[in-house]
Order: sequence, then C-alpha cells, then structure tokens
Amino acid sequence: MPKDFEPSSGIGASSKRREDIRFLTGSGRYTDDINLRRQTHVFFLRSDVAHGRLTGVDTSAAEDMPGVLKIFTGADFAEIGGMPCGWQITDKHGQPMQEPKHPVLAHEKVRHVGEPIAAVVAETLAQARDAAEAIVVDIDELPAVVNMKEAVKDDAPKVHDDLTSNLCYDWGFVEENKDAVNKAFEDAAHVTTLELVNNRLVANPMEPRVAIGDYDRSAGDYTLYTTSQNPHVIRLLMGAFVLGIPEHKLRVVAPDVGGGFGTKIFHYQEEAFCTFAAKAVGRPVRWTSSRSEAFMSDAHGRDHVTKIELALDAENNFTALRTDTYANMGAYLSTFAPSVPTWLHGTLMAGNYKTPLIYVNVKAVFTNTVPVDAYRGAGRPEATYQLERLIDKAAHELKVDPIKLRRQNFVTEFPYATPVAVEYDTGDYNATMDKLEEIADHAGFEARRRESEAKGKLRGFGVNCYIEACGIAPSNLVGQLGARAGLYESATVRVNATGGLVVMTGSHSHGQGHETSFAQVVADMIGIDENMVEIVHGDTARTPMGMGTYGSRSLAVGGSAMVRATEKIIAKAKKIASHLLEASEGDIELKDGAFSVAGTDKSVAWGDVTLAAYVPHNYPLEEIEPGLEETAFYDPSNFTYPAGAYACEVELDPETGHVTVERFTAADDFGNVVNPMIVTGQVHGGLAQGIGQALLENCAYDEDGQLLSASYMDYAMPRASDLPFYDVDHSCQTPCTHNPLGVKGCGEAGAIGSPPAVVNAVLDAMRSGGKDIGHIDMPVSPARVWEAMHG
Amino acid sequence: MYEFEIERPSSVADAVKALGQEDAQPLSGGQTLIPTLKARLAMPSVLVSLTGIKELQGVEMRDGALWIGGGTTHAAVMRDAAESYPALAKLAARIGDPAVRNRGTIGGSLANNDPSACYPAAALASGATIETDRREIAADDYFQGIFTTAIEEGEIVTGVRFPIPQAAHYEKFIQPASRFPLVAAYVAQFSDGVRVAITGASNEGVFRWTEAEAALSERFDADALEGLTLDGGNMIGDLHGSGAYRAHLCGVMTRRAVQAIA
Repeated sequence: MPKDFEPSSGIGASSKRREDIRFLTGSGRYTDDINLRRQTHVFFLRSDVAHGRLTGVDTSAAEDMPGVLKIFTGADFAEIGGMPCGWQITDKHGQPMQEPKHPVLAHEKVRHVGEPIAAVVAETLAQARDAAEAIVVDIDELPAVVNMKEAVKDDAPKVHDDLTSNLCYDWGFVEENKDAVNKAFEDAAHVTTLELVNNRLVANPMEPRVAIGDYDRSAGDYTLYTTSQNPHVIRLLMGAFVLGIPEHKLRVVAPDVGGGFGTKIFHYQEEAFCTFAAKAVGRPVRWTSSRSEAFMSDAHGRDHVTKIELALDAENNFTALRTDTYANMGAYLSTFAPSVPTWLHGTLMAGNYKTPLIYVNVKAVFTNTVPVDAYRGAGRPEATYQLERLIDKAAHELKVDPIKLRRQNFVTEFPYATPVAVEYDTGDYNATMDKLEEIADHAGFEARRRESEAKGKLRGFGVNCYIEACGIAPSNLVGQLGARAGLYESATVRVNATGGLVVMTGSHSHGQGHETSFAQVVADMIGIDENMVEIVHGDTARTPMGMGTYGSRSLAVGGSAMVRATEKIIAKAKKIASHLLEASEGDIELKDGAFSVAGTDKSVAWGDVTLAAYVPHNYPLEEIEPGLEETAFYDPSNFTYPAGAYACEVELDPETGHVTVERFTAADDFGNVVNPMIVTGQVHGGLAQGIGQALLENCAYDEDGQLLSASYMDYAMPRASDLPFYDVDHSCQTPCTHNPLGVKGCGEAGAIGSPPAVVNAVLDAMRSGGKDIGHIDMPVSPARVWEAMHG
Repeated sequence: MYEFEIERPSSVADAVKALGQEDAQPLSGGQTLIPTLKARLAMPSVLVSLTGIKELQGVEMRDGALWIGGGTTHAAVMRDAAESYPALAKLAARIGDPAVRNRGTIGGSLANNDPSACYPAAALASGATIETDRREIAADDYFQGIFTTAIEEGEIVTGVRFPIPQAAHYEKFIQPASRFPLVAAYVAQFSDGVRVAITGASNEGVFRWTEAEAALSERFDADALEGLTLDGGNMIGDLHGSGAYRAHLCGVMTRRAVQAIA
C-alpha cells in the first residue's frame, strides 16, 4: 500500500537524481568522450542498395590514400563467427526457426541499405571517409523484398539463398488450443475483426552508438568501450561467438549512455569490428555513428501487420481471441529479435481480461530492411495495441460503453493463470480504472467537447488498459522457451571500513536514475544516509556478471539481487555487533544505522561495526572472516505484471486533419515505488514515445528497399510542443508477491499503454464529426486523417 | 565535408571578386549549405562568407518600403520588422528554431529558393524587389522553380525591398518532421489589389494563386474563395501528404490567412 506521507529519504522518497548534476552540466562521460593514445578512426562504407550480389570490392586505390592504415572487407571476416542470435524459436511444427548467417561485413551479398561492406581505418575520420569514396564496389542488383506478405510468396526473391524461404518461423501459441478457439468463434454471438499495422519505428536515442576497441599486446587483453545497455552480454556474445576471445581477456565498458530504449541491448557489427581491428591495426580503433548511419544501422522496432478477432457471447463476455501476425525481422536476426513477436507478445494477448481461449499465430519474415528488434516495450506494445483497439471496436459495434465492456471482462481474482502460459500474481484493474476516470475527469468530457465544437474542432476521448510482463525473467523458464542466456541479475555490496558502501550492479543505467534509486534502497535497509551508498555499473571489470537493463527489470531483478546481498551484509554485521556488544546474535536489532541489543540501551553504530570488520582487533576471527563484502545473484520466480489504465483526449481539426493531444492521463499500478519522482519521469518519457508512435513516427521504405525516412527531415520525433501536461498517478499499488521489494517495473509502461488510447480518441473525435471509419493506422498523420474524413 | 578554403570579405565588392574563383560558393547563415557539405553533397573549393559584410546587414525604411539587408538573420527581422511589417516579422519568428533563426539569413533563403521555405512566399506576395550586387529583380521574375532563381553564378543577394501592404498574414501548416511548411499561404492586401503566394505545395516552387488574388481583390472576404480549387496534379506528393491533400490545404491556409486579416 502507498505510504501515507512521502518520506524525506530512503524507499518512497523523491530524492533528486544525483546523476543529473553531471548530465545537466555537460560533465557526463560518454563513450565518445573517451580518447585513447594513438587512436585511429574507422569509416564504414555501407550499401546504398537494398539487395544485390556483391561481385567485387576493389580497395587498391583507397589503400594508397593519405592516412589509411588498413581496409577490411567481408573476406577478412570469412573465417570468423558471424553475429549471433540470442533466442531460438521453435515453430508450430516443432522445428527450429531458420537462422541465417549474419556477417560482420557483407560477404557475397548485401541485404539492406546501410549494411557495412568495407571498413577503412585511418589516422583521421576525414581521411577514412575520403578513402572509402575511392573503393570500387560492384553490386549486381537483385529485386528487393520489403512487404512481408509479398516476401512469403513462393516466387518472392529470397533474402538468404541458403534458407528455404523468407519465413523465419511460423509460430502457433498455444497450438493445442487452436481447435477449441476456432470452435468458440463458431459458437460466438458476436465476432469483431480488425486488421492493423504496428508502424516501424527508429529508436533515436539522443546519443548515437559509439564503439572503441583497444588491444594491449603485452598482456593480450582486449577492451571495448561501447554504448550498451548490457556490457556483460556483449562480452559473452562477442567474445564467445564472434571473435573467440575468452572473457578473462576481454573487458567491456559501457560508461554514461545517453538513452537506450532497447536498441542498445544488441550486439552490433561495429563493436566486433573495432575490437577485432584494434589488434589487426595495433592501435585503438574508434567509431561514432552519425545520425544518418543510426537510421540505417540501429535495430528498428515494431513493424507488425496483424489480423485479430474477438468472440463474444450474448452477454458481451469475451469467449475467445484469435490473432494472425506478420512480424518483420529485417534482413538478419538481431540479437533478441525472434523473442519479441513470440514470447514477449503472445504471452500478453490476454491483457487485463479473462478471455478463456486464445490462439496466437506469428509469422516472422525476412525482408531487405534493417533488422528489427526490441524497442521500449518490445512485443507488449504490439499486443496491447491490437487488443485495446479491438475491444474499442467491439464496444462500438455492440453499442456498449468501452469502459463498461472492459470492466465486465477484467480479471478480478489473483493469482490468475492466463490461457497464454503466464500467471498474474496480483493486480486490481478496477482500481486503476476508477482512478483514471476520476483524474481524467471523464464526467466533464462532454462539456469540453462542446467547447471544442464551438471553435470548429472535433474532440475525442479514448481509453485503454494495458498489462506487461516485466522483471525479465525466470532463467529456467526462458531457457525452455529458447533463450540462449539466463536472465538473473547480480549485485556485489562492498562496505568500506568507515561505513560507506559501494554497490556493484549488473544492471545498467542509461537514463533511469539507478544511481539514486538503488542507493535509496540500500540506505533504507541499513538506516543510513543515501549519500553513503555509491552505485557502480557498466564495466565488466568492476561488476559481477549481470544481464543488464531492459524489459523494466532493473529494480525488480537487479534491485532484488542488491537486497539479497545487503541482507547478507546485515547478517554478518549483526554477528560482528553481537561480539562487540557481548550479546546473543538473536537479540541484535538494526535500526537507523545502529545495532542495539533488544530491551537494553546498549548499542553500537554502523560505522563501528564496519571498522571492526576491517580492523579486526576485537573480532571473532575464529567464527567469521574479516571484511564486509557480499555478492548475490537473484533469479526471479515469475515475471512481474505492471498494469494500468490510460486516457487520451484529442482535438481534431476537420479541415486539415491535424490532431493535438489536449489531455493525457495515466493511472498505473507499479506495485511499491522507490522514488516517485523518477517513476513519474519514466512514465512521462514512455508517454512521449507512445504518443510519438501514435501520431508522428514512421519508418518508411519504398518498394525498392530505400529508406524514405532517413533523417529528421522526414522522421518526425515528438517534441515538447506536441505533448500536453500529463496527469500521471501511481497511487494504486498491489505489490508484487514474489520479489523482496514488491516492485513491478515502470520503464516501458508509458510506451506500451499510450498508442491505443490516442487512436481510440482520434476515432471517437471522427465519429463525433459523423465519420465512423472503424480504424485508422498509425501514425495518425494529418494527411491520413484528412483522407479518412474525406475519402 | 571535403576540404575547402574560406574567405571572409568585408565588402560586397570583395565578395564578388572572391566568388570569381573557380568552384567558389557564397556562405551566408549556412543553414542549408553546411548540412549539405557535411553530407558531402557539395564540393566547393572556396567558401566566401558573407556574414562579415556590414552593408548586407540591416532592417530599415527606405522610400516607403522596408529594406532588409541580404545578410540579416531571421532573428533580426523578427525583432526589427515587428513594427514596420508585423506579418513579415511573425513569419521570421516561426522559421526553424532559435539556433536556425540566429544564423539563417533572408538573402540565403531567397537565393536557395527551397520549395518549402517561408521567405519566398513573403517576397512574392509582397511584390518585393530583390537587390543584388549588380541589379534589381522583381519577385515575379526572380523565382523560377524549385531551387532555381534569376540570380547568376557569383551574384549576391544584397537586400530585399518590401512594399508594405495595408494588411498581411502568413498562415503555415507544418510538415510534422522538418517543420518546414507542408503548405503555407501569404496573403498581402494592397490598396490596388491582393496578392497571394503559396509555398510548400507545388513541384514548381513558390507560386502566386492568381484566381484567389482576383477573387479577393474583388471582395476581401474568406467567402470569396468559395469554390476556388487548385489542381493537385502538379503538387508535391510524399510521405507527409498527397498532391490532392496539399491542394486542399492551399485553400484552407489562404482562407485562414484572410480570416486573420479581416
């Protein structure tokens, strides 16, 4: 339950983000800020055609250009492992997915615009770029496949000649339920059908990707500095699968990272290249992505085309759900791409509702486009969008209130086992909906609509619910589902002699404020000032093996590891205190940074105990070791299930089609909250990205595979002026039942929960103008609205 | 960028001389040219910076018209034309963002003649005169299609003379990504008639909507535009809207500009 008042420190306090001092004063240390002695620069020559046979790469003229040290082509990497995929999906026939080779530099074929063909290492970036222009590349162009439904036809050009088709996998979930689902549709009183597109997005973190490879010849050690959300994962993937470097000879450092949003989870060619080339050239090799390169080399997000159907009985109860989705993989499998449209999407199709029968079909398809992988929400926004658009459509077809229809079908008893393999431990969907209706002033909407109409505008109100599976994830479960990694998290808590703590976490902060909120947790457990706790992350040489930050997992999993390690610290410190106080260990209590003997006024301060641990003059050396440092690995027993209800109010200009978001309300249940201000900030950012997807962002290709939205001239990012002042609430709290903090995660909720509310609101506005079109695809641009209104 | 030399003349005469060198190119605010150079889409041998030339700076009334030096930034126009020609000042205030407005210049914009730029619409609708180092060109003769104008190689836009209309308004509908006009209409009402210029819409760049001008000169009222349409066939069609949509927006923007004045 929420605390009645907000404490001034520790868990529940809105402590100001300590990292903001450096971020806001320009003193952050990002990868590009690192400069190594004798460093060199690489420029990647990238394909400007989407599909073609690479018949020649002549570097001879370029090699003689000023400053050039070495030029690499695909042939240099022919003997080296390709880029690995971290998740194997088994299709509906029990067969493994088709898994193409993914070279570091293109070999024999190019498969998307932006694929690196050659890499020039030179003294300066300008020299490298000059020389790249002197490389003669011969490509026999082949027809490109861009449209997924075209790509799976028998006569479609194949992206990978050695695969049987462009179909990566055809996944059925749960295959055994299929006949029962189909039967339920035959028996339904009403069926609502919807076809929709979840638009392809480019993540666009403020900081572009950067990689610097370094090789120490005397020790044989490699170091990679990179913009990563998970340095240990990069170390494992690159070391073991690509370059064959044992982990003890490879250090990966991801210092301050300026936003990830998923696209910095993955292992990219440029990282492997810089590490490899550092040894080959004998000097550090650095690369900073230009924004233009980012558009055509960062993994994209979303890009699903779906047909979804809902069966209802005569009382409007949901009886079955059936989906048929095409998911774009792009030209190659990015690190976790296969898991996104399957386990991160199919398992969420129940949403907040007790639909008893669900069947999800997903066809993952290769096309001549940039690889697609996780982007803020990853699979869960796609599930939420389909379901919440569909329910809205059903409500209007049945002429029932969309909120009432949702409430009628809510899951209300927990734990709840869905028909799509997950078990919700706790939740209260009516509570968040009640809160939403209150703070969104649903009751006052009609008056606001009349005000808009007096100005010649149409006004619409849209709601949706969402649920997500966060706290990723139980390792044994994901192993069964095809993950080639565990998804535990780690923490080492090192207490110094004078009582300060350093917490080394396997989580990675790239804007989330971990340095503040993690310190709040540990300080609260011991009862000391937050400033006595320092959080270290982002360096495989300094932190225990950890899986990094994504899937709203850091506090739920990484924070739990930190709690477990701190509990070990406290247990040992109590032993030391019992010795110092000459009392039984069972009688020692820790409160407000002091150990006391229950029922007495005898106590010893935290700092005296820590000092004793490192200066063990008066110390039970025969019973316990000196020092105070503990490590814990935490593997969650279930996912966490943040959920909530969102409302959007738009104004639509019927003459131009322009839509403005006038109000946006989010009522979330994140379980317990450590730092309410940071949580609010996370929701704000997520909403900006969700509203951006709904109204503005669109990564578009033409039929030849050329990227049309390849810069900010054509890719519309949301700006402050596109967004309203949000009303955000997270006072509805049903704590997670299976992690020690009772937390669920909040990083992705805003991006997952907002697009359907926006589109539902736009359609509501259009209906009020006499135009009931049933659906409009994102982004809901002015041109699309106008065409829909006048088409 | 490729390597280039840069010269910083302090007079128009020296600038013209410097531009006589092979592959020389003038550089004003650089808001188009610098990104073009960074993308390696241009390879001048010499850039001749015009920003240090005092005679290209200024916003002042000359013989009843508003003269603006070719090197004057949008920010300066926004500030210094606010009283003499508020519609123009407001246009300048909504170009790009503060960084663009503090660097970009009116002469650069007019010389570039981007089909989606704002200033060409103001110059054409106001019946402005473009002054160069060697002649004066009426706006009606100056704009000759997208990125094409009457100025010749090495010729510099030194200033623009804007006759000041009785009333004017610029109505802009932005392209959501670039925030350039998707379509914008500049309506200027003079004692002897109304001029209407449209930017952002046509494959042939900024143009005068003569049918709308005739109707509004007859009766300056948004209703006078009733029934007037433009053909979307030769309008720009792209990710952000079809030619038909742009043609429709020409009508909406023009009507709203008239309503803002009337």
